[in-house]
Amino acid sequence: MTAAPDHRPTFADVSLGERLGKAMPFLLIPILVVLGFFAIGAPSSWLTLTVSGLAMGMMIFIMASGLTLVFGLMDVINFGHGAFVSVGAFIGISVLIALGDWTGATSLLLNMSAVFLAVAAAMTVTGALGWVFERVIVKPVYGAHLKQILVTVGGLIVIEQLIHVIWGPDEIFINRPEMLKGAITFAGAAMEKYRLLAVGIGAVLFIAMRMILRRTKIGLIVRAGVENGPMVEALGYRLRVVFIGVFVAGSALAGLGGVMWGLYQEVITAGMGERMMVLVFIVAIIGGLGSVEGAFIGALLVGLLQNYVAFLEPKLALVSNIALMTAILMWRPQGMLPVVKAK
Amino acid sequence: MIVRLISGDTPRSPVLTALLLLILICLAGAPFIFEGVRALDTAARICIFIVLVAGYDLLLGYTGIVSFAHTMFFGMGAYGVALASTHMGRGFDALLVGSVLGALAAIVLALLIGLFSLRVRAIFFAMITLAVASAVAVLVSQFSDITGGEDGLTYKIPRVLTSANRMGEVMGVKFTGKTLNYYLIFFSSLVLFLLLLRIVNSPFGRVLQAIRENDFRAEAIGYRVVWYRTAATCMSAATAALAGSLFAIWLRYVGPDTTLSFEIMLDILLMVVIGGMGTMYGAVLGTVLFVLAQTYLQNLMGAASHATEGLPLIPDLLDPDRWLMWLGILFVLSVYFFPTGIVGRLRGQQST
Repeated sequence: MTAAPDHRPTFADVSLGERLGKAMPFLLIPILVVLGFFAIGAPSSWLTLTVSGLAMGMMIFIMASGLTLVFGLMDVINFGHGAFVSVGAFIGISVLIALGDWTGATSLLLNMSAVFLAVAAAMTVTGALGWVFERVIVKPVYGAHLKQILVTVGGLIVIEQLIHVIWGPDEIFINRPEMLKGAITFAGAAMEKYRLLAVGIGAVLFIAMRMILRRTKIGLIVRAGVENGPMVEALGYRLRVVFIGVFVAGSALAGLGGVMWGLYQEVITAGMGERMMVLVFIVAIIGGLGSVEGAFIGALLVGLLQNYVAFLEPKLALVSNIALMTAILMWRPQGMLPVVKAK
Repeated sequence: MIVRLISGDTPRSPVLTALLLLILICLAGAPFIFEGVRALDTAARICIFIVLVAGYDLLLGYTGIVSFAHTMFFGMGAYGVALASTHMGRGFDALLVGSVLGALAAIVLALLIGLFSLRVRAIFFAMITLAVASAVAVLVSQFSDITGGEDGLTYKIPRVLTSANRMGEVMGVKFTGKTLNYYLIFFSSLVLFLLLLRIVNSPFGRVLQAIRENDFRAEAIGYRVVWYRTAATCMSAATAALAGSLFAIWLRYVGPDTTLSFEIMLDILLMVVIGGMGTMYGAVLGTVLFVLAQTYLQNLMGAASHATEGLPLIPDLLDPDRWLMWLGILFVLSVYFFPTGIVGRLRGQQST
């Protein structure tokens, strides 16, 4: 009788490098913030820039989350996503202008209810528009990337032009509600109230989205669908319905992002969604297409870097994003947190 | 001889052949057949866009990848000529140096973008080209001390090519440097087009089509898909840059709106889709139809908008500024219902 094979439980010895590699995407944000601190030098301007970078990143994340999930779930790439941003902005801002008495009053309650109504209107309309868009434009071209890109670009143009028809060809300037104007001074750094609000909304949304995706049944189905769609369908879930739900939710979020971005810039144009799409794509690519967490990290990186660089060398702000994307793709060709596909 | 010249890729439809011949004759004799500066300008524009669109079709129709940076390469060629002419003074050497440098720069950039994005997923390519193209457009308008910013650059081309150079009359039509310039554009475009026709009908072109149909299988047979896709991108970028150089020589002006804007990118997409993806002749038909419509139909829309003034909403929809909306609708419909475009239709009727 031979002795039992030597069987000792082994603990996988994860080297520091491997651990760091896993955590690296999450560590990039603090690293960038610290680097920014040294590059800028003045703590007060650094704080201001960090807050506005975070605010911008949160808004980009809100717009990008829908796009990346839609891709992960159904392999649909929607170049028309930017149209929802523009439509959301125009609906929201129209509501705010109509409620001029509320936004002009120096009461936080009235101001916030006006903003809330604007956001609700924008999200309802863009959600509905997303549903129509999915039915009319996207559905006939499932599974064909080439046609998807072409058709959704066509849809983007038509919606943008319809905005011109309805609201006229000129840009619209708006004022933020009374109580959201101005800045808070903290440690010598001026931080605009609105940007702080945007950071707050973005953070709450991200946490809520993560909770839904991680803790609820529907989130479980969505995550499973991203990983292995046919299997989820084989288990009896109608992924199509889930997908439409995600598409509508993503469109509504893009609308919300549009309203927030419009209030941030204090001017809206029909082409704003198209321009935002560039940033949204960069964020989705560096995060890893299909990954919500990746999009979050990517959006914050893009927002922070753009603000730092705009301060240090204004002309290179947009190029900095391309450079960031290049660097990250060299490091991880699939994006920072690639979605594992069981195919 | 003629079949050899078009690389054995015959139109395969009598109607198509007739249309192509008509277009060729009209373009070759444009200065003598049509009167007026505007007609000649339209003809030159058609020649240049045929090359530009055919180059794009090499990518979209033959290789099956979508790029949004084609106007960027077009602009690189145009700015190459413009910058060379500004700094080297007027002369043919400036035109040549500008064109060559523009094309080389386009090839290098295309190589970089291609290697970066096509290595992973073909779908990244569409998104990355969009991002890079918009960044370049912003850079061009920001570095205004070099590029002239939003105003663009005006420069001088050799005097031989301008209308100041009168060369007498041919068949009762004044033959000036402008006419000579037109023929320079026409023959350069013709050569470039025949070259593209040669490329897509070569073994290399066959591989591209195999990749379009099934990239996985092409890789399995032993073709390096990334390499072929990147090579197609570079070729398409080079033709776009050369078309841009021609455009710059013709217009004697470059600016972001005429060379780099996203709107031109949409025009190109539409021309390819209307004419028919995956056939070089589709690029010809699509371009001719589109440019003619763009030049003359917008007037019609203005008239229609004027005529319906009393009605609600309709005048707004018919406003000439809303031209792009109708293009968008046409574009979506043609992708759904005529994915093979005009050429596909003409050939399809022939075979059934």
